[in-house]
Amino acid sequence: MMAQPATPATLKPQLMTDPVLQKRPENRVWKKFRSHRSAMLGGLLVGLFVLMAVFAPILPIPDPTATDWGAVRQAPSAAHWLGTDEIGRDVLSRLVWGAQASLLAGVISVGIAVAFGVPLGILAGYFGGWTDGIISRCTEALLAVPFLILAIALAAFLGPSLTNAMIAIGLSATPVFVRLTRGQVISVKAEDFVEGAHAIGLSTPKILSRYIFPNILPPVLVQATLTIATAIIAEASLSFLGLGQQPPAPSWGSMLNTAKNFLSQAPWMAMWPGIAIFLVVLGFNLLGDGLRDALDPREH
Amino acid sequence: MTFRKTTLLAALLSATALSAQAADFRFALESDPDILDPDQSRTFVGRIVYTALCDKLVDITPELEIVPQLATEWSWNDEGTALTMTLREGVTFHDGTPFDAEAVAANIERSQTMEESRRKSEIASITGTEVLGPHQIRIDLAQPDATLLAQLADRAGMMVSPTAAAEAGADFGLAPVCSGPYKFEERVAQDKIVLSKFAEYWNAGEFHFDTVTYLPIPDSTVRLANLQSGDVDAINRLAATDVAQVRNDPSLKVEEAVSLGYQGITFNIDNGERGDNPWGNDARLRKALELAIDRNAINQVVFEGTAPAGNQAFPPNSPWYDASLPVPERDVEAARALLAEAGYENGIDLEVQAPNTPVNLQLMQVIQSMAAEAGINISITSKEFATMLSDQTAGDFTASQVGWSGRVDPDGNIHQFMTTDAGLNDAKYSNEEVDRLLDEARVTTDMAARKESYDAAAKILNEDKPIIYLYHETWIWALDDAIEGFVPYPDGMFRLAGVTKSE
Amino acid sequence: MLSFVARRIVIAIPTVILISIFVFGLQKLLPGDPILAMAGEDRDPETIAFLREKYRMNDPVWVQYATWIKGVVTGDLGISLRTNQPVTELIAQKLPVTIQLALMALVFALVIGIPAGILSAVKKGTITDYIANVVALSGLSIPNFWLGIMLILLVAVKWQALPASGYVPPGEDLWLSLKTMLMPAFVLGTALAATLMRHTRSAMLGVLKSDYVRTARAKGLAERRVILKHAFRNALTPIVTLTALLFGELIAGAVLTEQIFTIPGFGKLVVDAVFNRDYAVVQGIVLVTAMGFIVMNILADAAYFVLNPRLRKQ
Repeated sequence: MMAQPATPATLKPQLMTDPVLQKRPENRVWKKFRSHRSAMLGGLLVGLFVLMAVFAPILPIPDPTATDWGAVRQAPSAAHWLGTDEIGRDVLSRLVWGAQASLLAGVISVGIAVAFGVPLGILAGYFGGWTDGIISRCTEALLAVPFLILAIALAAFLGPSLTNAMIAIGLSATPVFVRLTRGQVISVKAEDFVEGAHAIGLSTPKILSRYIFPNILPPVLVQATLTIATAIIAEASLSFLGLGQQPPAPSWGSMLNTAKNFLSQAPWMAMWPGIAIFLVVLGFNLLGDGLRDALDPREH
Repeated sequence: MTFRKTTLLAALLSATALSAQAADFRFALESDPDILDPDQSRTFVGRIVYTALCDKLVDITPELEIVPQLATEWSWNDEGTALTMTLREGVTFHDGTPFDAEAVAANIERSQTMEESRRKSEIASITGTEVLGPHQIRIDLAQPDATLLAQLADRAGMMVSPTAAAEAGADFGLAPVCSGPYKFEERVAQDKIVLSKFAEYWNAGEFHFDTVTYLPIPDSTVRLANLQSGDVDAINRLAATDVAQVRNDPSLKVEEAVSLGYQGITFNIDNGERGDNPWGNDARLRKALELAIDRNAINQVVFEGTAPAGNQAFPPNSPWYDASLPVPERDVEAARALLAEAGYENGIDLEVQAPNTPVNLQLMQVIQSMAAEAGINISITSKEFATMLSDQTAGDFTASQVGWSGRVDPDGNIHQFMTTDAGLNDAKYSNEEVDRLLDEARVTTDMAARKESYDAAAKILNEDKPIIYLYHETWIWALDDAIEGFVPYPDGMFRLAGVTKSE
Repeated sequence: MLSFVARRIVIAIPTVILISIFVFGLQKLLPGDPILAMAGEDRDPETIAFLREKYRMNDPVWVQYATWIKGVVTGDLGISLRTNQPVTELIAQKLPVTIQLALMALVFALVIGIPAGILSAVKKGTITDYIANVVALSGLSIPNFWLGIMLILLVAVKWQALPASGYVPPGEDLWLSLKTMLMPAFVLGTALAATLMRHTRSAMLGVLKSDYVRTARAKGLAERRVILKHAFRNALTPIVTLTALLFGELIAGAVLTEQIFTIPGFGKLVVDAVFNRDYAVVQGIVLVTAMGFIVMNILADAAYFVLNPRLRKQ
């Protein structure tokens, strides 16, 4: 839909100066995105935490698992900017390293959901019939089970660990992507250019890759970004219940789980991870919103 | 004028007396009890409810002496194979059935023969009973059993109404009928258990509340918050880290008692395939780990000093503790030396499974940190309690951080763990001498002789170390300042006799 | 319309069957022997063997499934392994609690979300819109268990204004019941208020651009009337159907809220049952929830059908 027609050599100089013709669709999207202030804010937040996670090993912070009996539950001070936790570990350090766990949890869970959900959705939407029937019924069955309960049951089955929590969340989020992709494929399939492609005898894989796939990508991307936000909260929830990242490795959710026992003595233990989760989830939500607005052809 | 004043005063006084009488006692538990049937019950918190609901044949004092409750006198025959008990007169069950020797016989039979009964192994030594009179009964044993009275001071000795039990069978727990100071009113699972005063109780004067409500509130912070906001009158299991805060609050108070149980690390000595591992095969490694651990630091860091260090099945303040084996100090050098001797001078790995609850995980992380200094790399596998228990029984573990809530009789803390093929011996530890000593200790009522046997066993166990005992929990209660008369017991029970709430 | 609903019900049947198989299969996958889990500290092998027989754990899987299904069809969902209480009784006790929580949360969500959404749509592009959007997203982004704990500490402990936890049935004491449920409902409602606000906003935006609104404005009607009487009424359709679906989400979101505030509802029941390996309870609840969700879906579709005459032509 956004393909540029080939420009004959004679028209090129004119194109360079004509303000209307010069604006390529990609630029329009970027410009809209850029002017959407909240989306930029979102991108900034996400970027900050991604940098935090990536550069954690080389930052000048103490070992997140280094214990210190003498410095148990100390308030923020010069030595420990965000205070220490229940066995003397530096909260700031655990916060920074915890970013890895939370972001990984978000991205990989959604990765799983997309990897399973999108192909299934394409199959169901494109081929219809029995394929659609079976896939749709299974999807509805899974959707009918409340998300968190499904995640809890799966995590309990797999055993408490970050990896298993990611798998549990990913599998629980798959039906949403199946349904979304299927709906998109059905509406794109009905478009003229797809019918046209059929008419000229293009093979199915070619149709899928050239026409269907690029057109379902935008809403999937938006949904993926928003689902990362949900996945991060889900991981925190599972860790809060004891089913996610296990100690001593830091994760914001498990930090909150421990912190809730020391709310009055050491409120900083609960504050920072809570704020961190809030900011990174807000970031992804703003980002997803911005993407949706930018990629939505209807809104001007 | 004066006449009116006095009548007014009298009216006011009686009104306040009445309002004091209409008191409801609300107690927050750390989890929801399971089936309210003494023969089927398995939870610790269930026993707390029973202190108000179901009377037992005998009870204990805080010093662990056996005292009368439903049985007023008892005596053993010379061989120790027959226990004759005189029962209290004038006692009825909540449904009016009279309490007598027949009822006791029926109860013992139920505990032994009902298929769902969990009490069978506790009173396995009883071969039969004989009703000698309306309030006299003789209990016959196959061989002497020093633990019997202690068992009768717990669920095995709780008397349920035979009429109700016969009618309800295994569903007795849905509407239990006992003979305790309070009778069952209603229960909403995971919400509350409500009991109301039983007017015909034989000691009704000692119990000052009209209703008692037990509320399960698993989160310790929320439980405390309920106490602070006045929604409950007392809470069970105050977190050690909240003690300071409660002590500083003038409207609340803290009560403590060292528990009868222990917490430790159990090793897989010979349970299944995984039993054949360096940790299970070589006691030196286990000793090395013990030497690397600073129990006192653990007590301070994790428990704010409320969990005394321990190295035996009994707490150091217990009469059964072998004083000649004191709690060892931390000695990292010695630990390293032992490791080197065993062939691991470059360190060794150890996988410990632990329940995924905050305190246990905190404990294991501290130990992990300590052990690392001696070259032992501990990896913590946290599992839900249900899975952990399963895996432990099946032998699917190398080491397991697990504890025991403790029993009044010392046998209850050690026999089923250390004797060959015993019910709770997941380590599958087996030592003939230990078997002999522990079996010997349970058939004599001579305290001195029993102590000798336990001491001898303790020395062997200290060498073999199938379990590294770490600490003994303290039961910590937090109460509203208005609650008076509470006596802390080492069995962790909240007994309501003599407890009042001043307005 | 009837044929529409009937068709949807027929399509739903294989889904329900699939759910039942999945839910039943889940318990077989969960590690940890439930009987052993119940055993706690005392483990008498004889009793355990007997209990296994009693609960038919030794039967082949498909026999257990068939027994369960037979029970379900006759209204018997089995009994809780933990307390021997029938599952149907447990559900009957707990469901009203969660429904009360969900309804109160929904009220919060509607009262906060819809006006915010309308405002935001009307003032699109201005600073009001921007702020409202960020606030709404913040509501979505706060982990509700964290918010709950913070509120308990502040409101119940520091200010002593509301009870810290627990539940009071409305029949017993209506005012106290509402007070006890206030914090949890607020915590649960905030996330939903955000979603509702955004959907209201986009629905309103779509409608405000439409022809009939332009006509109303052209007719010279007061702006307020245009917005509330014409635009909002038509935006109501997607909002109503969304509310019906959100209700299902509320029940699910109640899980953590109920844990923190110790509310003896559905969510807490199922989480505790998973941890205790109390299979009958987990199966019963998930099945009932799933079926409820499907019913809500069908109702939402029917409502949409009724509200939007254009669909009827299809």
